[in-house]
Amino acid sequence: MPRREGIYGLLAEFNTPGELVHATEEARRVGYRRMECYTPYPVEEAAEALHFHKNRVPLVCLLGGLMGVTTAFLMETWIAVWAYPLNIAGRPLFSWPAFIIPAYEWTILFSGLSAAFGMLALNGLPQLYHPLFNAPNFRNGATTDKFFLCLEATDPQFSPAGTRNFLEQFHAVSVVEVDH
Amino acid sequence: MATKQPINDPMVDPRTGEYAVIAPGHNFKSVTQKIAGLVLTSNTPLGWFFGLMVAGGLATLVAISVTWLFLKGVGIWGVTMPGAWGFAIINFVWWIGIGHAGTLISAILLLFKQTWRNSINRFAEAMTIFAVVCAGMFPLIHVGRPWLGYWLFPYPNTMNVWPQFRSPLAWDVFAVSTYATISVVFWYIGMIPDFGTLRDRATMPLARYSYGILSLGWRGSTRHWIRYETASLLLAGLSTPLVLSVHTVISFDFAVAALAGWHTTIFPPYFVAGAVYSGFAMVLTLAIPIRKFYHMEDLVTLRHLDNMAKVMLATGSIVAYGYGMEVFMSWYSASHWEFFMMWNRMFGPMWWGYWILILTNIAIPLTTLWSRKLRVNVGYLFVLSFIVNIGMWFERFVIVVTSLYREYLPSSWGTYVATKWDYMLFIGTWGLFTCLFLLFVRFLPMIPMSEIRMMLPQTKINRRGPDAETVIEETT
Repeated sequence: MPRREGIYGLLAEFNTPGELVHATEEARRVGYRRMECYTPYPVEEAAEALHFHKNRVPLVCLLGGLMGVTTAFLMETWIAVWAYPLNIAGRPLFSWPAFIIPAYEWTILFSGLSAAFGMLALNGLPQLYHPLFNAPNFRNGATTDKFFLCLEATDPQFSPAGTRNFLEQFHAVSVVEVDH
Repeated sequence: MATKQPINDPMVDPRTGEYAVIAPGHNFKSVTQKIAGLVLTSNTPLGWFFGLMVAGGLATLVAISVTWLFLKGVGIWGVTMPGAWGFAIINFVWWIGIGHAGTLISAILLLFKQTWRNSINRFAEAMTIFAVVCAGMFPLIHVGRPWLGYWLFPYPNTMNVWPQFRSPLAWDVFAVSTYATISVVFWYIGMIPDFGTLRDRATMPLARYSYGILSLGWRGSTRHWIRYETASLLLAGLSTPLVLSVHTVISFDFAVAALAGWHTTIFPPYFVAGAVYSGFAMVLTLAIPIRKFYHMEDLVTLRHLDNMAKVMLATGSIVAYGYGMEVFMSWYSASHWEFFMMWNRMFGPMWWGYWILILTNIAIPLTTLWSRKLRVNVGYLFVLSFIVNIGMWFERFVIVVTSLYREYLPSSWGTYVATKWDYMLFIGTWGLFTCLFLLFVRFLPMIPMSEIRMMLPQTKINRRGPDAETVIEETT
């Protein structure tokens, strides 16, 4: 694990989503890859500029749903046929149409929980500490009304002075260095 | 649609004649300050304390009547043979039906891209959860030995006894517990970005730490947002069939029983429509005072009230069709029992229940809601929301009581009289619901800030616009 010290990245602040998307597209064009946008609401154009198209939340959700339906249906069958067979008005022990309803509910329960917690896990949340919270202007704006682009120091193209020059050409409100 | 409002009304879009969803002049900062300010202010309005006191006083009725119930047993209620299902089931179905509008607003309207719902979805979801809390209590305490309530769930035990999965009551356990879980998760996931905002705007250390932990470290990263939006859409897509299934399963509790008045195939759709109908009425009951006291008229506009009234008109008409079809089938089925049941509902000893239901659920709302003038009349809608909820309570009363108390054998006919404990518990749940809701509006963001930001005109990105061109020219 790399030592967490020194500079995390350079953080540029913008007033509008348009400026952010433009700067991100340009950064991508000149070869930056390790970068991230921070916005107060989802900006799809920023994700496109980052070339972030696919995510695995739907897959996790599908797997959860399949697990839910199998678990519930097998459990009901096992209980009704083997563990506790009861004669209910002469119906067959394996009355599968009746088992569909709890299985349906558990499909939704498991897939919903997988979507929610899978999303958090893929996002690496909860993560109460993050270097960006050290930036003086980040918390004032990123969750309210400002748009940020962070070019991270782990990018091979990154150099404190060169990257700063690159970011400043986009008329950012500010470009600040963020430490770990 | 033509409008008779003066054209210089800033809330009316001059092109469409519709009311605006957000008042003009708002920007990212102003909506954030307005909504976050309600939570982060150190000045709690006196009215809030007064409301909490009254609601808390009513909620103690729950504590008193449940304690007495646990000491004495369900005999303190009016339930007896043949009316073995009384207030507990009526109230359970009524409360859970109210909850359904919250899920409808948060899930179905999201899937249909009805962005106007963004202003009201958070407190509609909160309403769902608190209604489910009130509803879930009734089946638990009416089982007679509530401390053994966990027997309802399938778990390995030394008695070697397992649930019986051919019974709708076992399906109910799965449906309602799934509904409660998914509603809470959906609600919480929806609040995470707003908790981030509150964490960053709070000045008091306790608030900063609490909202910081609740926000899970949310920082608005674009990759996070994309996964978050995917998860929200998936949860909405899952909640939609869920909400339909929950009330369907509840209607199976009745429809599977071989009792005239219950044993009918129209119950699932008509229960779901009724649930949405009463739920939208409850959203109006809550939204109208909130927008008044917290000066939210520019975020919860007449457009929202108008749209909600339209949904009530639509679902109310489905309910009316259900009532009509019940009457028709009692004749068309040529069943003596069905015919007697309907006659007994309309003209038997409890005729008043049926006619209150028709008056409050059908006659008053479905004649007046066609008028746009009344749909944007705040005072009228507030009164109407109470009328509809009274009507929906009587619907469940009529279904439960008037089907049971005169069943097949005249020798076992009886009547149903609720006791003071029934009433105390029911009134107590109103207090509990109001208490929880007041705590919610004080400590949690009642309008989703991130979703309101998405509706503002500033979100438009002018890709080929003059600004972008000049920036590129200057930089290259």
